[in-house]
Amino acid sequence: MVPNGGEIMAIKDLPMDEYILKGHAACPGCPATIALRITLKALGKKTILIVPACCSAVIQALHPHTAFNVPTLNIAFEASAAAASGVAAALKMLEKKDVLPVVWAGDGGSYDIGLQALSGALERGTDFIYICYNNQMYSNTGIQRSGATPYGAWTTTTWTGKKERQKELAEIVMAHHIPYVATATIAYPEDLYEKMKKAKEMKGPRYIEILSPCPPGWRFDMSKTVEMSKLAVETGAWVLYEVINGELKFTGYSKRILEGKERKPIEEWLKMQGRFRHLKPEDIEKIKQQLDEKWQHYKKIYGGKE
Amino acid sequence: MIIVDTANHIAALAAKMAKPHVIAAYPITPQTTIVERLAEYVEKGELNAEYIRVESEHSAMAACIAAAATGARTFTATSSHGLLLMHEMLHWAGLARLPVVMVNVNRAIGPGWNIWSDLNDSLAQRDTGWIQFYASSNQEVFDSVIQAYKIAENEEILLPAMVSYDGFILSHTSMPVEVPEQSKIDEFLPDFKPGWILDVENPITHGNIVPPEPYMEIRYSMQKAMEKAKKVIEEIGEEYGKKFGREYGLVEEYRCEDADYVIVAMAAMAAEAKVAVDELRQKGEKVGLLKLRTFRPFPHERLKHDKMIVIDRDICPGLGGIVYNEIKGNGSEIYGFIAGLGGVDVSYKDIERMYELAKEGKEGWYPTEVK
Repeated sequence: MVPNGGEIMAIKDLPMDEYILKGHAACPGCPATIALRITLKALGKKTILIVPACCSAVIQALHPHTAFNVPTLNIAFEASAAAASGVAAALKMLEKKDVLPVVWAGDGGSYDIGLQALSGALERGTDFIYICYNNQMYSNTGIQRSGATPYGAWTTTTWTGKKERQKELAEIVMAHHIPYVATATIAYPEDLYEKMKKAKEMKGPRYIEILSPCPPGWRFDMSKTVEMSKLAVETGAWVLYEVINGELKFTGYSKRILEGKERKPIEEWLKMQGRFRHLKPEDIEKIKQQLDEKWQHYKKIYGGKE
Repeated sequence: MIIVDTANHIAALAAKMAKPHVIAAYPITPQTTIVERLAEYVEKGELNAEYIRVESEHSAMAACIAAAATGARTFTATSSHGLLLMHEMLHWAGLARLPVVMVNVNRAIGPGWNIWSDLNDSLAQRDTGWIQFYASSNQEVFDSVIQAYKIAENEEILLPAMVSYDGFILSHTSMPVEVPEQSKIDEFLPDFKPGWILDVENPITHGNIVPPEPYMEIRYSMQKAMEKAKKVIEEIGEEYGKKFGREYGLVEEYRCEDADYVIVAMAAMAAEAKVAVDELRQKGEKVGLLKLRTFRPFPHERLKHDKMIVIDRDICPGLGGIVYNEIKGNGSEIYGFIAGLGGVDVSYKDIERMYELAKEGKEGWYPTEVK
């Protein structure tokens, strides 16, 4: 299968360089670590990573050790995009023009507490890549509801299921008129890699959001991370696209859905996850309805056929 | 060269002459004219710096921290609520041992909104690991900003430093200031040599999970650096004096030699107290002034006079004057006054009155509740 509908590299062609070293502290099956491994293969050695409070602050391993082989600045929860502005400004003044500041933040740090700083950095044109690995909850603190948690999902602060819909951060980001916005997931590592490469070659603020299904948080078996990511795309629950200078194009399987391929039933994705176990038929109907509305909206705006 | 200008413009000029690489700034009264002037310097090409127009003070400090971690000399300025919003990041700068330099223009905290002088904003940051200077004149503002860089960046210190002064009383008041030539400032202030740096050729991870024992070591080394800063502040203040003719230290003593009572004050209140001391001396009273220039590190060893009258333009609710309580228990007889909160005017006449009251054994909230 060719996710981008064109010629694309094979996984075996990913660079051999490793910037995530052995001995990291991620849970087995952690999607964030897989995503960061692929991301750094694309971005390379001349990357300064800025990490707010999130799982990846722990995954680095305990001081004085580290499993990240690029310079990494940990910063307060809400401050990563502002810190990226500081790094970018210093790099410019110190004439280190080939070094790229990259934020690696979770959805809590991006959708919620860090949204102000993110918006500020995008609006002022900071030359950086902001990556949100979205596992749809505060997983590092033990599975609490975030602005990215979907309707109906159990978390430890929504015991009977979240009553509200998630927001669409990438669409908020698009409203900042930045050069590059993309979504990805680890089920398609070549797609993720290519999007990172494309972002790297551009200037100004770039935003990439990666769906990151979390086994302990979503309540599924740790061996199913990739399947869970893939099914999210195939059911249309997660959408792959990229926006270059304001022009949005669907990519991979999402493009095929837009062009008329039938979405897999959302129940297939929901039933794999313990966080949706409590859902009643009417809840599932509501989720289906929300999903239909979302895709009708996409097809209307982006030219696909229903 | 003598320049007559407001403390805010003087602070901006001093920051410019220190040649920061990165300035991150957000407006707040009464600080705003500092960052306006710096933006003008950068846009006119008079200062080669990256000027980040952040969307909050929290982000201003985060940007300064990250720029300093990348090897840049940094500057920001704020007041009151802006400083309070930065609080988390002030700790971050301190613990990360990044010598960010900041000016804080002291302003009261709301509600209700009050833009006038009050030291509670910066005194509430006393535990963040920042060196704190308080200036009583525009000249001291200039001299302290320049020295702050050299002290903060000293390889044995590597702590952030804050220069504070009263909103409006200084910030918007013009005074003559002797400004040295740029070449002399350059001789005094060497290039910034970072203690650690985010370097792609030598990748390190800063600030990941730190277990209890090494965390305590980090705190210990910070405390040692703060203790060492006392000596370094005096050495650099003396060096500055030799080069520019104005010597500085942790405190400034004025007519204290034979004094029976010593008034302790800081910031603009100390300048007013100097006038009160002169007036009282003319009346034959044996009184002196001890001006606190540094609040962190706190110069306990310099506060050993038998009888002291401490004037606080600040309050710790449930405890009392903040400076008073810092000194209390050192063996001296101390009279504390709370005065001038939220910009209430305190003239030298008021300070003379406080002296008279203290002689009667009284203290308290001036003038409403003195017992």
